[in-house]
Amino acid sequence: MADLQRDNLNQPPSTARAAFDAVWPLLAAIGVGLLFQLVLRPNLNPYTAILMLTIGVNIVLAVSLTMVNGFTGQFSMGHAGFLAVGGYASGIITYYGSQKLFGSGALRAGMLNGMPIDASGLPLLGGGEWLFVIALIIGGLVSAGLGYIVGLPSLRLKGDYLAIVTLGFGEIVRVLIQQSGPVIQSPEQVKDAPLWKLPTAVGGALGFGNIPQYSSLFWVYLVAVITILVAVRLKRSSYGRAFLSIREDEIAAEAMGVNTTKFKIRAFVLAAFFAGVAGGLYGHQLGVSLSPTDAGFQKSFDFIIMVVLGGMGSISGACLAAIVVTLLPEYLRGVAEYRMVIYALALILMMIFRPQGLLGVHELWDAAFWRRKKRGGAR
Amino acid sequence: MVGCDLLGLRVFLMDLLLQTLKDGLTIGSLYALIALGYTMVYGILKFINFAHSDVVVLGSWLSLVIADKLLVLGQFQAVPWWMGAVVLILAMALCGTIGFTIERLAYKPLRKAPRLNVLITAIGVSLFLQNIGQQRWAFGTGPRRIPTLLDDATLLSIGQVNVKMLDVVGAGTALLLMIALDWLVFHTRIGRAMRAVSHSPANASLMGIPVDRVISFTFVLGSTLAAAGGFLWAMKYETIKQPADASWTLLGLKAFVAAVVGGIGNIRGAMLGGLAIGLLENFGVAYISASMRDVYVFSLLIVVLLVRPGGILGKAVVEKV
Repeated sequence: MADLQRDNLNQPPSTARAAFDAVWPLLAAIGVGLLFQLVLRPNLNPYTAILMLTIGVNIVLAVSLTMVNGFTGQFSMGHAGFLAVGGYASGIITYYGSQKLFGSGALRAGMLNGMPIDASGLPLLGGGEWLFVIALIIGGLVSAGLGYIVGLPSLRLKGDYLAIVTLGFGEIVRVLIQQSGPVIQSPEQVKDAPLWKLPTAVGGALGFGNIPQYSSLFWVYLVAVITILVAVRLKRSSYGRAFLSIREDEIAAEAMGVNTTKFKIRAFVLAAFFAGVAGGLYGHQLGVSLSPTDAGFQKSFDFIIMVVLGGMGSISGACLAAIVVTLLPEYLRGVAEYRMVIYALALILMMIFRPQGLLGVHELWDAAFWRRKKRGGAR
Repeated sequence: MVGCDLLGLRVFLMDLLLQTLKDGLTIGSLYALIALGYTMVYGILKFINFAHSDVVVLGSWLSLVIADKLLVLGQFQAVPWWMGAVVLILAMALCGTIGFTIERLAYKPLRKAPRLNVLITAIGVSLFLQNIGQQRWAFGTGPRRIPTLLDDATLLSIGQVNVKMLDVVGAGTALLLMIALDWLVFHTRIGRAMRAVSHSPANASLMGIPVDRVISFTFVLGSTLAAAGGFLWAMKYETIKQPADASWTLLGLKAFVAAVVGGIGNIRGAMLGGLAIGLLENFGVAYISASMRDVYVFSLLIVVLLVRPGGILGKAVVEKV
């Protein structure tokens, strides 16, 4: 009896334990971010540093897409649309916000952005960086809201409707961004312009340049670690089991009392949120000028390739694939025009010969994954 | 004076209406032609054949190459009237072969795999065709003009609206092909086999229907129609954009939306949906805003999915366990 009571799963964990569980991912994320920025960054040349930024952003995108395409088995093809929405929304906030608040669009960053510490001692975070954090969150929320609107009609239905609706969504976003007006350049003009006009002045087809470049290794990997931890915890939670059950058999899941529509929409909205945040990071990256093509399906394909190659539903697989797919073009420079042909062939051959992707549903940290290899594939 | 102005306005509005109707119907018949390929494959294999729009592209570009070659080989004084038909038939035959090859190599190994895998393979095939087509030794990365195969004379004018040769021939060819397909599906042996496989592949195979052969035939049929769509598209717009251009995928998407609007899997629905999409798009462009051209179609898709997910002619399907 005593044993049974001690093992009772309904017993809530102690408050201290719960608080620790809630806080450690954030601390870990900050730790990893600091490590990358303060230890790694000084030893990298600018080229490698930019590549690392891109890898981080792609990890966020691939892992968030895994939540939809991998966990729930739905097929979203408009991830780039959410990326663009988040990027533009947060870009509007930091660009026009810093014009309004600080009188110029210049970078107001602290040490974590690689700014040198002079004798007076700059703070860890500059004033602009708080705006950046707010912008990232708002970008994510706008994206999530749109995700809800897009997901609601298409996720009620079974079948591939989500694929086609999200594909159309990305295209609509692209067309709408193309219709926008030119960027307002000087702080005086920004002051004079009415507030409603600012969100529509994002440069149209020319792209939205001049966004202050707040994305540093610290911020990118902070978000990447948070995204990964959220995905891992989600996968292990009752939510995650509901997601996976929908992927395995929607009818059976429904029979077991899973509200499939609700759970599909939850996964989709969450993925849209992280895609929006990743868009914010991408838009504030050095050397990136947001443009309408960022919302197009050709960009969405990149993330689909990452998720499929990594293994549908494997978080670590998606991370690995994000790294490989980002680095590959750098090594394929010689055969640059065949890059997409190689990807396409890899996709087809993968589906025919190893349809579950590199890792399948397994994670690198699964004990079973390593043991299975030792036993020689028996499982 | 006021009356005079009003009359002018009325004539203008009438012309606009007629012009929009004509544009909508000519484009709509093209959409319908392409939508048929999507709907047939979906009806049988239950997946979106993303590579279908790339077969349309192939049809367009192959028409251009064939027309160029034939004109050089024949050394005609003037382009003979049968030229267009020959190019069309050759392009259709080539694309049919390509469709057959795609089905055999990429989709057939996945007959028993989950539908998601087939969908991803289709995306892979689509990317492959686009990027091979872009190579320098294939069609290149720039747009090209197709030689004029048909004198675009005005046949009929109503007010300011001119009904031209190409409009009539284009819509007429599309209509003829659709009638032929309808006859094939509903009045022949192979058509009955196609409908049987679409209903239930397992039962069809028990009844002695060679399922794999029927599926291959469906792909060939869809691809030839796609080639015809590509040819007519090239005739209509003359400038053919490079194979990986976003406008091609958009064309394919709109055709797929047409198939969904009409009721996916339903052949007559796809024809109806194509015309509906063409009309909607052109009326939107003429009466609301031209720059939002691509938005109307997808808005219609979302409305249809919300209100009548089965499409206009589709039946609500109850899934049985």
